[in-house]
Amino acid sequence: MMTTHALAIGIAHNEEIGHPDTVDMQTLGFWLYLMSDLILFATLFATFAVLGGAYAGGPTGKELFELPYVLGETLLLLFSSVTYGLVMVAVSNGVKKHVLIGLAVTFLLGLGFVSMEINEFHGLIAEGHGPDVSAFLSSYFTLVGTHGAHVTFGLIWMAVMMGQVVVKGLTSHVQSRLMRLGMFWHFLDIVWIGIFSIVYLMGAM
Amino acid sequence: MSQAAIDSAGAARGSLKSYLTGFVLSLILTAIPFALVMSGAWSTSAMLACIFVAGIAQILAHLHYFLHLDTSSAERWNVLAMIFTILIMALFVGGSIWVMASLNYRMM
Repeated sequence: MMTTHALAIGIAHNEEIGHPDTVDMQTLGFWLYLMSDLILFATLFATFAVLGGAYAGGPTGKELFELPYVLGETLLLLFSSVTYGLVMVAVSNGVKKHVLIGLAVTFLLGLGFVSMEINEFHGLIAEGHGPDVSAFLSSYFTLVGTHGAHVTFGLIWMAVMMGQVVVKGLTSHVQSRLMRLGMFWHFLDIVWIGIFSIVYLMGAM
Repeated sequence: MSQAAIDSAGAARGSLKSYLTGFVLSLILTAIPFALVMSGAWSTSAMLACIFVAGIAQILAHLHYFLHLDTSSAERWNVLAMIFTILIMALFVGGSIWVMASLNYRMM
């Protein structure tokens, strides 16, 4: 009986959100999710590596990709990663206004990235270079589109967090969620390094 | 809840300095491969090598300065999980390329 009681207290203590162990556990759990997501991207990279040269008489990457445009997308995502870092600095300092400004700027930069990507996809499809043209374009649209979908979900998450910061303030729950959103956001920037290196730069060579 | 609770975990430990250092490094490591490929100055193999080196260096810079991964005990499981993931990724990507290239060769 005593043991059960002690156990119950122990569990209650450990499950208290905001407790150092709980936050570390949640961080590790979210990190494991990111690693499984990385496996998803690895399969798409493998597909692109195998099919990236199968043009089926269609256009090649060298003909389609505009590197200055891709550089613009890259810089938007990089800037947004840094502004999210500044959000986390503002969270540590406990300045709610700076957190909100930082989140808004990061959101706009991310939105700019997604808009540029949608514009790029729209341009390709409008010119008759859609995913149905060749295995190269199928694997290209799948890989880059999956990354874009992740960024879009990150933006939705970010909008929700802006609402939570306004309504709930910087509580320990909100802080730990902001931290995991940061991990997600930096992770997407890392995946983009692989995409611009392997898909765009090597494709345009 | 106290500030210390959140600060104990990895991704929140960044300082302004670490983010700005990571930013400048990333800018340089992005500019180099883009400039090389846009100018087309080097041979293909030299450009390939440069793209890979700059890409890997930038990924390491992001992991260190943005995600604050290091070898401290608090990060041990994160780093172990990542090393295991990289192993699986190498099997996926390397294995796929190997198998498909071999298949292509045998069917020619």
